[in-house]
Amino acid sequence: MKISLTINGREVSADVEPRTLLVHFLREDQGLTGTHIGCETSYCGACTVLVDGKTVKSCTMFAVQADGASITTVEGLADNGQLHPVQEGFWERHGLQCGYCTPGMIMSAVGLLQEKQSPSEDEIRHAIEGNLCRCTGYHNIVRAIEYAAAKMRGEEPPPPDWEEEEVSV
Amino acid sequence: MYPRQFEYVAATSLDEAVSALAGAEFAKVMSGGMSLIPMMKLRLLSPDVVVDIGRIPGLDQITDAGDYVSIGALVRHAQTASAQNLPRALVDAASWTGDVQVRNRGTTCGAVAHADIAADQPAAILALGATMVARGPNGTREIPADDFFVDTMTSALQPDEILTEIRIPKVGGATAYDKLGRRGGHTDYAVAGAAAWVQKDNGTVTNCRVALTGVGTKPTLAHGVAEALIGTDGSEQAVKEAAERATEGVTVLEDLYGSEEYKAHLAKVYTRRALTQALAQL
Repeated sequence: MKISLTINGREVSADVEPRTLLVHFLREDQGLTGTHIGCETSYCGACTVLVDGKTVKSCTMFAVQADGASITTVEGLADNGQLHPVQEGFWERHGLQCGYCTPGMIMSAVGLLQEKQSPSEDEIRHAIEGNLCRCTGYHNIVRAIEYAAAKMRGEEPPPPDWEEEEVSV
Repeated sequence: MYPRQFEYVAATSLDEAVSALAGAEFAKVMSGGMSLIPMMKLRLLSPDVVVDIGRIPGLDQITDAGDYVSIGALVRHAQTASAQNLPRALVDAASWTGDVQVRNRGTTCGAVAHADIAADQPAAILALGATMVARGPNGTREIPADDFFVDTMTSALQPDEILTEIRIPKVGGATAYDKLGRRGGHTDYAVAGAAAWVQKDNGTVTNCRVALTGVGTKPTLAHGVAEALIGTDGSEQAVKEAAERATEGVTVLEDLYGSEEYKAHLAKVYTRRALTQALAQL
């Protein structure tokens, strides 16, 4: 079946089998391997992308359903080599360890910050309830998103936790 | 993990969708696909034809129709969760359905038609006494919530019918939904949950409906609770006594998330909590 869609601002046409999942189309047909496949059962959120501005698990959507849609993947966030504030936040606040969940976490954070400029910690934690991380325990991910939120509001991000703590020997 | 091959029909009207269903050996309707696609990926379901109603215009609205509020087939959980004109029980049930990504794509009508035994919104729909509107080859029919949930993942919808609308009656009173999620708090499917609707007149409970989810083979009305509470003053003691009858006539089933005994206990606890929260609004 023929589909036409926009991926990271680029117009794409392709012929796909109806059973092709959007995540497979992005990774295998389009070579956009930034979007990860984690659990394949709609739980882990590693495959999260934006479809017409809303976060969606691309392992739970057929590519044919995206006909006519505008998709943003993690590859579409940086602007001319300048990291998106959320990407910068994950870098600056050590929001990742192995990196597997990171593209999905970042896309969920982008989705949240589109809707809420100043989310509370509670709102951030709820916003990533569809994304599982098995390394970091979420703490630094939350800090990374707080960093990005401040940046996007044009404010100075809060200092990192490790500068606030007193080190006793 | 690919599903088996299938024929994909992107319907542009309900008539087209209904005729695609009628002409197929084994067809499934897809709106958001949040339940259907995982089942197809696990090959628990392998329909010959998937009829995608996701592009049909005009079905994505919550509209006030006078006596009732209409939820169209393509209203997403996120829309229901932020609706100003729907009862609190349903709004909360929608806001605790799945996660953000699922709520962006899955639909209230889809979740109700899917009739998962541990889903949130079917319980609210049942407590509210909603009406389902189904379209099939012989036209449109209305199905009361009390007759809609037949068995595990089985509704009164026929294979050639589409749930096009849910009508939430404007009955007054107050409503609440509360649950224990599988991942704690309100997150994930319900280990057990209860939706309640109560009305009071001159300090006396005149009407009550409580529906349970997660504890049996389908969303179920707790008739004993309503019977016990109606006519009382709705006090803490009255609610406590009524909630004790939550599982009366209900076949409680154990699953991976709890034993029969635990589920029966939770049914009472969440019945009490939902009733208390609803009564507090009156």
